[in-house]
Amino acid sequence: MERPLTQHIPDNGAALHLREYEAVGGYTALRKALRDMEPAQVSTLIKDANLKGRGGAGFATGVKWSFVPMNVPGPKYLIANADEMEPGTFKDRWLLEGNPHQLLEGMILAAYAIQATDAFVFLRWAYKDAAREMRRAIADAYTAGYLGKNILGSAFSLEMQLHTGVGRYMCGEETALLNSLEGKRATPRAKPPFPQVSGLFGKPTIVNNVETLCWISHIVNNGEAWFKSLSYTADGGTKIYGVSGRVNKPGAWELPMGITMRELLEEHAGGMRNGYRFRGALPGGASTDFLTDAHLDVKMDFAGVAAAGSRLGTGTMVVLDDHTCPVGFVHNLEHFFAQESCGFCTPCREGLPWTEKILWSLENGTGEPADLELLERHTRLLGPGNTFCALAPGAMEPLQSALKYFREDFEQHIKEKKCPYAHHQH
Amino acid sequence: MLSAIEIEKITHELQQVPVKKAACIEALKIVQQERRWISDESVADIAVILEMSTAEVDSVATFYNLIFRQPVGRHVILLCDSISCYVMGYTGLRQRLNEILLIGYGQTTPDERFTLLPNACLGTCDHAPALMIDDDLYRDIQPGDLEQILEKYH
Repeated sequence: MERPLTQHIPDNGAALHLREYEAVGGYTALRKALRDMEPAQVSTLIKDANLKGRGGAGFATGVKWSFVPMNVPGPKYLIANADEMEPGTFKDRWLLEGNPHQLLEGMILAAYAIQATDAFVFLRWAYKDAAREMRRAIADAYTAGYLGKNILGSAFSLEMQLHTGVGRYMCGEETALLNSLEGKRATPRAKPPFPQVSGLFGKPTIVNNVETLCWISHIVNNGEAWFKSLSYTADGGTKIYGVSGRVNKPGAWELPMGITMRELLEEHAGGMRNGYRFRGALPGGASTDFLTDAHLDVKMDFAGVAAAGSRLGTGTMVVLDDHTCPVGFVHNLEHFFAQESCGFCTPCREGLPWTEKILWSLENGTGEPADLELLERHTRLLGPGNTFCALAPGAMEPLQSALKYFREDFEQHIKEKKCPYAHHQH
Repeated sequence: MLSAIEIEKITHELQQVPVKKAACIEALKIVQQERRWISDESVADIAVILEMSTAEVDSVATFYNLIFRQPVGRHVILLCDSISCYVMGYTGLRQRLNEILLIGYGQTTPDERFTLLPNACLGTCDHAPALMIDDDLYRDIQPGDLEQILEKYH
């Protein structure tokens, strides 16, 4: 089983530095592209490989790049979204800390494809080790001639900077990220114009997730057919899957795209801890719908998880066990979303704290039967199309599915006027 | 008043950006690194150097979780309160921290040694529960581990 993205990452948690990266074929894809490929050929290759974004939305990367106007003068930007902050998600940290040059090479290739002049790594503040490794990797790449003027003697030049954030979930939304990089509040922008046309400082800009960008060098080296062959399903490549919660071996693994939830949980995460039963899981971070034990044979690819009524999201699963209160679980999620709402649009700013308060009232025993209808109404009113960005609709996904799958728990809270779970934790 | 070091660092940042406003977050980070937090006076000082209004600078300063608009202690404890840490029992850590430090969220010990803050997902969910103290990440912690961890910070 091939693990292109993580096979060279040392097990001891150390990072692969420049010489070690070069020794395992690092920067050969960049040499190849600069020597043998036109920028458009790189874009076409990625489009043909049908690489889909690994940040949560799953948009086709090559298609995204194709919207960038070519042959226009002035700056263009390529940004790695390394602001990993989706609760339950810890996959990009592994790539950032373990193999920083893999990301840089992918970024330089992506920048070449869209003819960007400047690149940024927008890194989460909390990732201190990753910041240190990225800083060193960027400096080493400049020294070795992979960044700066006339890269490897070609006509292509690229400047690269690391930006560490100051903490706000909204920064993961690409237009809010651009505002933050411009020194502003991270509120989302109206689309259109799309960032590909008018992004950072009004210039054409591409924002891609870390895991997505890490693929570029491998696809340039090995081709689209190889990329597709790695997967069990129609969505190509491998995926970094993760599992957290009360399983025996929480962790992250690079596995073929499309493995089943059962295989992930039982073979890789080691099954549930002794004394705990699986009740459900968010398959791809906090803003995805619950799946339950009825879905264990669902293939964890974009189409498979969507068909089961949820989203692959970031591919990092959070498990709900039978000792954890589903109402408390969802209350914790809505607390996060209410806190992180940027406050720019009314349904999100007002609606999310309201759902948080209703869920809290259920937990402390003051919930009423009408509250369930009120929660359901919120899942519709804060759903897709009613808010400025995807934050609130994402927040409603675990709530609407919890109301569907764990309804008896909600009703029990109201009937017994208390949280029936022993460890009632807040 | 900003110090010479702060002005030098902010001036350096201004050379990296096409418009002065774009250095706002970096300027806040620089001043906070020197003073631990951003006072009203610092907001006004940054506004002058970036040619922004104080309200504009404050709108940015108050937006971000890790820019502190109130004084904090010498060490800031950021306890992850997101979903994986909830499932794995961060509330036990919170209770133990309350007992040891005699402070709640948003409060600072009288000796200014620690400030305790809740924090959104630290991205280390396979090692929940987790917390950070300053730049240091602690993972897979039990309430009983806390006293020993805190002893490292003076």
